[in-house]
Amino acid sequence: MKQDKRPSEGLLISPIRRGTVIDHITAGEALNVLKIIGITGTTTESVSVAMNVSSGKIGRKDIVKIENRELKKDEMDRISLIAPEVSINIIRDFKVYSKSGVERPEFLVGVVKCPNPGCISNAREPISSRFEVLPKGLHCMYCDWLITSDITGHLI
Amino acid sequence: MKHILSIRDLDRPFIDDLIAKAGRIASRKYRPDALKDKVLALLFFEPSTRTRMSFEAAMARLGGTSLSVGSVEACSMAKGETLADTIRVVSGYADAIVLRHPKEGAARLASEFATVPVINAGDGAGQHPSQTLLDLYTIQQSMPLDGIDVGLIGDLRYGRTAHSLAYALSMYRSRIHVISPTGLELPPALVMELRERGTEVVEHETIEEIIRCLDVLYVTRIQRERFPDTASYFDVASSYRITPELLQGVRSHMIVLHPLPRVDEIDPAVDELPYARYFVQSKNGVPVRMAMLEEVMR
Repeated sequence: MKQDKRPSEGLLISPIRRGTVIDHITAGEALNVLKIIGITGTTTESVSVAMNVSSGKIGRKDIVKIENRELKKDEMDRISLIAPEVSINIIRDFKVYSKSGVERPEFLVGVVKCPNPGCISNAREPISSRFEVLPKGLHCMYCDWLITSDITGHLI
Repeated sequence: MKHILSIRDLDRPFIDDLIAKAGRIASRKYRPDALKDKVLALLFFEPSTRTRMSFEAAMARLGGTSLSVGSVEACSMAKGETLADTIRVVSGYADAIVLRHPKEGAARLASEFATVPVINAGDGAGQHPSQTLLDLYTIQQSMPLDGIDVGLIGDLRYGRTAHSLAYALSMYRSRIHVISPTGLELPPALVMELRERGTEVVEHETIEEIIRCLDVLYVTRIQRERFPDTASYFDVASSYRITPELLQGVRSHMIVLHPLPRVDEIDPAVDELPYARYFVQSKNGVPVRMAMLEEVMR
């Protein structure tokens, strides 16, 4: 009888020589992770995405591999807002050079758009949005608006 | 460099000092040349009578000079200049800037680009700290601020003066009683924050049920444009009108405040009663703003 053999994760995404692997992303959040670190269709990185891969740790997970770009600490920490359990592997010469988790950042600058249409950060001014990350949500440092849910819906 | 942008940035010792200083100024204990040779820029991008004139009067009484941008139509922002650029330029002309602007957070932005102190004189539905400071000063003229019962009535959703005052009173362990039409309630996030700060916030259906237990009644304007038609506005507005009859039996020391301008919220007959303090409150804008100007420019 012919068996339904699923390819292993290694076949889904090939190893990278240099760059960043973001593992254990909450299933379904991979594209939002890319958005929150500023990777869009117009940027130049080679990116591989695996979604809904089985995981011993969290059941189902997403994985993102970014070639030739090592994420900085502030970029890694932004991911914590939507996927706090991720692990970030920096790869050099096909080997894991460093592995770390993420911490909630204190502030977010230019990452999230304030939902208040009357906020000066939405006007034509030479500033970036600025939010303080509080346990109850994201606090706009210009107009005091509090985003308590759907952070990904407000990503710039 | 000290900016005054939001009541949230101020702590109780600062507020208490400023109120005490305003009291000394009101007793004529100040130097009329304290700000001689200083120039204050008044950038008002929204209409204002009391705030603007009282800042001008305050600067004049301290021996300084005020510059004014004139009407919005006549200034460079009408040509598309950003607020950031306007602030950079005006910083070169003045020793402090007083800003009123329709966008929330405008004063915060201004403080990032200014090389002189900025005072927020109202930013959209956001903050108006000089109004809150003069409200506190006026209450403190009649009673200590600690542990009093303050009723906020009217449009509590959009009324920035009520928001700031409620926040400031949370530093004094006062109890806040709110009475507002459906849809114009105090924002839930603010109520939650006040309660987290240990302030008791009590919501009431009618003013009658609480008025005899209040030390201060703070009345705000219910704006006609918040209602779908004129009839529904008048229905609501009439049930929130303060009249001499309503004030019968209130605490003898109770005071009625209003940031003004009033429309129909307070019957003019109340003006003659000992409870009415709103014109005194408005007059208090001068010593309080003198104290603020001295604070940022000294």
